[in-house]
Amino acid sequence: MPRGQTWGGKYKRRHRGIAQAAGGGRARAQLSLTGAWTRPDSAAARMLRWLIGGGREPPGLAEKSPLQTVGEEQTQNPYTELLVLKAHHDIVRFLVQLDNYRFASAGDDGLVVVWNAQTGEKLLELSGHTQKITAIITFPSLESCEEKNQLILTASADRTVIVWDSDTGRQVRRVSCFQSTVKCLIVLQRLDVWLSGGNDLCVWNRKLDLLCKTSHLSDTGISTLVEIPKNCVVAAVGKELIIFKLVAPTDGSPKWDILEVKRLLDHKDNILSLVNVSDLSFVTGSHVGELIIWDVLDWTVQAYERNFWDPSPQLDTQQEIKLCQKQNDISIHHFTCDEENVFAAVGRGLYVYNLQMKCVIACQKTAHDSNVLHIAKLPNRQLISCSEDGSVRIWELREKQQLAAEPVPTGFFNMWGFGRVNKQASQPVKKQQENATSCSLELIGDLIGHSSSVEMFLYFEDHGLVTCSADHLIILWKNGERESGLRSLKLFQKLEENGDLYLAV
Amino acid sequence: MISAPDVVAFTKEDDYEEEPYNEPALPEEYSVPLFPFATQGANPWSKLSGAKFSRDFILISEFSEQVGPQPLLTIPNDTKVFGTFDLNYFSLRIMSVDYQASFVGHPPGSAYPKLNFVEDSKVVLGDSKEGAFAYVHHLTLYDLEARGFVRPFCMAYISADQHKIMQQFQELSAEFSKASECLKTGNRKAFAGELEKKLKDLDYTRTVLHTETEIQKKANDRGFYSSQAIEKANELASVEKSIIEHQDLLKQIRSYPHRKLKGSDLCSGEMEHSRDQVNQASTTSNPDEPADTDLYTRRPAYTPKLIKAKPTKCFDKKLKTLEELCDTEYFTQTLAQLSHIEHMFRGDLCYLLTSHIDRALLKQQHITNFLFEDFVEVDDRVVEKQESIPSKPSQDRPPSRSLEECPIPKVLISVGSYKSSVESVLIKMEQELGDEEYKEVEVTESGSFDPQENLDYLDMDMKGSISSGESIEVLGTEKSTSVLSKSDSQSSLTVPLSPQVVRSKAVSHRTISEDSIEVLSTCPSEALIPDDFKASYPSAINEEESYADDNEGAIHFRASISPPELGEAEEGSLEDTPSQIDSSCCIGKESDGQLVPLSTPAHTEDSVVSIPPQRYRQDQEFHVDFAVENTNPSSRDNSCEGFPAYELDPSHLLASRDVSKTSLDNYSDSTSYMSSIASTSSDRALSSAHSASLSSERHKKRAGQNALKFIRQYPFAHPAIYSLLSGRTLVVLGEDEAIVRKLVTALSIFVPNYGRYAKPVKHWVSSPLHIMDFQKWKLIGLQRVASPANASTLHALGRYSRYTSILDLDNKTLRCPLYRGTLVPRLADHRTQIKRGSTYYLHVQSMLTQLCSKAFLYTFCHHLHLPPHDKEAEELLASRQASFLKLNLGLVNEDIRVVQYLAELLKLHYMQESPGTSRPMLRFDYVPSFLYKI
Repeated sequence: MPRGQTWGGKYKRRHRGIAQAAGGGRARAQLSLTGAWTRPDSAAARMLRWLIGGGREPPGLAEKSPLQTVGEEQTQNPYTELLVLKAHHDIVRFLVQLDNYRFASAGDDGLVVVWNAQTGEKLLELSGHTQKITAIITFPSLESCEEKNQLILTASADRTVIVWDSDTGRQVRRVSCFQSTVKCLIVLQRLDVWLSGGNDLCVWNRKLDLLCKTSHLSDTGISTLVEIPKNCVVAAVGKELIIFKLVAPTDGSPKWDILEVKRLLDHKDNILSLVNVSDLSFVTGSHVGELIIWDVLDWTVQAYERNFWDPSPQLDTQQEIKLCQKQNDISIHHFTCDEENVFAAVGRGLYVYNLQMKCVIACQKTAHDSNVLHIAKLPNRQLISCSEDGSVRIWELREKQQLAAEPVPTGFFNMWGFGRVNKQASQPVKKQQENATSCSLELIGDLIGHSSSVEMFLYFEDHGLVTCSADHLIILWKNGERESGLRSLKLFQKLEENGDLYLAV
Repeated sequence: MISAPDVVAFTKEDDYEEEPYNEPALPEEYSVPLFPFATQGANPWSKLSGAKFSRDFILISEFSEQVGPQPLLTIPNDTKVFGTFDLNYFSLRIMSVDYQASFVGHPPGSAYPKLNFVEDSKVVLGDSKEGAFAYVHHLTLYDLEARGFVRPFCMAYISADQHKIMQQFQELSAEFSKASECLKTGNRKAFAGELEKKLKDLDYTRTVLHTETEIQKKANDRGFYSSQAIEKANELASVEKSIIEHQDLLKQIRSYPHRKLKGSDLCSGEMEHSRDQVNQASTTSNPDEPADTDLYTRRPAYTPKLIKAKPTKCFDKKLKTLEELCDTEYFTQTLAQLSHIEHMFRGDLCYLLTSHIDRALLKQQHITNFLFEDFVEVDDRVVEKQESIPSKPSQDRPPSRSLEECPIPKVLISVGSYKSSVESVLIKMEQELGDEEYKEVEVTESGSFDPQENLDYLDMDMKGSISSGESIEVLGTEKSTSVLSKSDSQSSLTVPLSPQVVRSKAVSHRTISEDSIEVLSTCPSEALIPDDFKASYPSAINEEESYADDNEGAIHFRASISPPELGEAEEGSLEDTPSQIDSSCCIGKESDGQLVPLSTPAHTEDSVVSIPPQRYRQDQEFHVDFAVENTNPSSRDNSCEGFPAYELDPSHLLASRDVSKTSLDNYSDSTSYMSSIASTSSDRALSSAHSASLSSERHKKRAGQNALKFIRQYPFAHPAIYSLLSGRTLVVLGEDEAIVRKLVTALSIFVPNYGRYAKPVKHWVSSPLHIMDFQKWKLIGLQRVASPANASTLHALGRYSRYTSILDLDNKTLRCPLYRGTLVPRLADHRTQIKRGSTYYLHVQSMLTQLCSKAFLYTFCHHLHLPPHDKEAEELLASRQASFLKLNLGLVNEDIRVVQYLAELLKLHYMQESPGTSRPMLRFDYVPSFLYKI
């Protein structure tokens, strides 16, 4: 979708709002520069349509219109200060938190940069990779280990993995014996080993000795790795999930070994996301919108929600809930979860799936103008999402008061899934859906700064939010009021240091 | 005779001070006579009264050994400037007071000619007939071909206002010292080069002679030498001797104390330049001797010539031009420095002083002054110094009255400061100042002697005792040619960079001897000087004893300031000489007691009153304070060693102060400005201050005018200005670059600075804006283009609309948040009676200063930001802040945001470790915007 149009629309809408707010006393709000994009719908009507599901809208409009917007007045948005950090020369794809105040960023320019999240100061620049970085992970230090410093592992398309010292920026070790690009890294802290996943899966110890490896798995390679109990890891390889068991050396066999235990073939399309939900389950999402919750111990399907996100075009019966038409729009890019819910970034939308109720309790079908790339749940029932459209949005999960009474016991997806729902049934179904979404995601603020797709973000409790983007920039978003207070504090500290502070008698 | 009294209105003399302000009828004797030159101009400032020249200028003269005193060039080089003023005559006047210790030749007990690195002398003299007063800075340059190897020059700042010269003496002295040092550095370089060439010549000659002698020896084997052979041998011997002498001279010139160079800080550009050269030549870390040597030895290859036994007829010889003497590069820099001086001292004295005070006070506001003042710091070092030494007012020359009125936050009193209070010792306090002060000075005088200061005295003593009317007639050495020749060598001066500065002068060739000094007596009548006038000067004079005989016509007073610790090294040999010059006794001797009352220290015999203006010292605190300032730099800072602080600081002060000069200046010709910029390009310290200040000054007036226009024209000026003050980027959108730029410049006076350097203003952008731009710039001129490219520009603008206010010049609309405060209406009242741009600018400045002080209070109120008890809730703190802003500072609505924003800037500025490194963050609010239309 052309972004300009959307923005223009937003712009326009805002001005209408302004004009209304300003009242007749002011000149009529008509900024000449917005003249290019005028669209004659009112924000209120759109909001209403969005609330009732957009069912009666013509398909073309339905795609664009449900984008919720928030005005310029965002009282709940705490981020009123920003700092642009520039060090990268290409898309910045990864952010990883090192400790309470530091984070590292990595991108397509092969650079890894360590930043101070408080001041925005560039602490270290780690250059060693010749091609784009494909994975980054931190390796926490062990007390027992002589190397006290925290390590950063980076994998790159140049088929190397480099281990960095995060305090000094020193390149500790470098492995370059890979047959293929390492696409994911995982650290099993319990065993003090790390695994690299490319076309095969390798197990390494801290000193970068290759302990063992699997045979060649596939040409597409492992896209994601997740640790599960019993020394097992789950690897997403194309449409398959493969469970590997890691055999630590014992008295009997002094060697490490890795065994393929099981292949799970339930997904119809490539698995894009794989996340541990809790001690009991993990969740996977695929390109065609399948969400499967697996038992972490016996690897069985706990819940399988597929069709909600799979409205095949021929199923006209589901026109009412036309979420998205294109495959891309229903692919599940990212998950985040808390104790109760799994939050899924599905295409341009956000869905909240309740684990207990096994149903979607809230959704925002068009949360962004473009695909949502990363989401995270904040402690205060807030959800942050970033998207290819260059914006970051802050949502709040709110309970719908009037509907709190009757949760739907069974996953309503199933009812939809097999095409039994016909046009006649659509009305009650929709009601049901409304009932089901017992919560709502309310947009409470958006952060506009990046001019290109926001790849990822990192939330610091104390220092705010860090976003990285394809426009080569990293932006540090901060709570202006808190920063102001901190600065005052520092100011008086400095005054005291300089001996310029006297106590009033 | 001094004609000053007749132009002195009672503007600032102490005598008139007691006059009650509201006295309805002025006593007859105090009534100001009508301006006598009213016919020449409408206001007293338009034309400098009585003078034959239209405004101040700088004159460089030489006492040529061939033609006597002659003017070389003036700055500005414009005949209109000095009009009918007789430069020749005045050159004669100013050169005749040179008494420099140009002591070259064979001093007793020394085998070889000795170069003496003399200090420049600085005198003030006046000529009431011409209506001219001048600060005269004498210096000596070395020239191998000149008599005694020296060429006396002088630079004079000529003004019709005597007070101006007196009051600005320190500044003038400092600035001219820079220029002089620049010349002298170049001269040393050139001289060394000349010596080297000469040595090569001599060497070659020796070889030739030697061969000839050998041939002769062989040719005659009879055992005795022919007279011819003896002659040859003699010649050879004399060449040998000459070589040794020249080598010695070369050694001397090279051994010019590097420390002195370093400490002098006179032309940092040159110093850097020479250091660069050093670095190129060798990477030795030793900055002293080798460096200097390198500096002088790096010369292009030179083919030696045979030197004839007999020197050429000196009359035929062409003397080197000033440019040749000083190396073109240095000469150009000097000219740039001089035109800088000329710029600096333009305008009326009151104006200079006021702006001086202004600057000084502003400097004290070092926490807030960066916000709205375009405060050009000349040098980082100075900034540091400024910070390390609590800012002191004592460098300023404003009347102490006004200084006392200003509260000075930090007055540092140090006991150790007495150590270097030599200067004050030499100052004879005015009787008027009262016995108390007098005593105090006396105490200082007697109490502050230590060997160190003895040296200082010696330094002065030496200069003084050697100098006399004869000093020009320095004994020639063997090599020096003794006959003068008719020459107009100076007429070929050309400067590549600045055409206006060089002046070729047709010289009237007069033979001038030392008698010329007698010629100078012009206005013999002493009685014309009212006594009270004379007495009104706090004169601190150290006079030359030996000069007393000659100064019938033109008396000069030495600026009795001797740089502490200067010359310790080179004058160590004279340590035993008793220091005799004492201010009191010297004055006693000088006043011949005829007409001058003994109590009048201002020694005024004839036409000249030259009183080096000294700082008023009315209380001890002040005095001590001042002394501290002189000690600190020299003792603490190596680079300042050798020169007292006043030579460093006032210049910097002035350089920045120069900002305010041109607005008064009617002659501000852009050409001279441009050329000075061009020529100073290599001199960073100079040009940076220069260009920035001057351009900003020019803009000030225009900006004020345009801002005024904007306010009158646009009813929504208030919210626009509010946007700027609260740190919300204002984008001025328009098609016409000139219009946009003009408005951006105008509005930039409302933009708070992040730091001390440049304002966050971008005058013209044509590419789409980016988030970085909003972080960096607070006022942006944006091009609107009628093409598809415009779409992306506007799109970006729309996207980032929450960070910006948009002023659309083409459609006359403004989109920005609502403003309901009371501050901006006062700042920008469209019905204001202010008409002039500069006035409005000042109005804005004063309002903003007030605002700054509010922000300062808010920022530094401890209890507003830090809870006295840890338990206190944040809400309480917030409410306390709110009530402080509202009740104590009287801010309403959006005004609070302005102060809060300024407070954030203050905090950032205060906390940043090194100036200029602050990382500006973008602060914004989620507030709705409104669209305003005309």
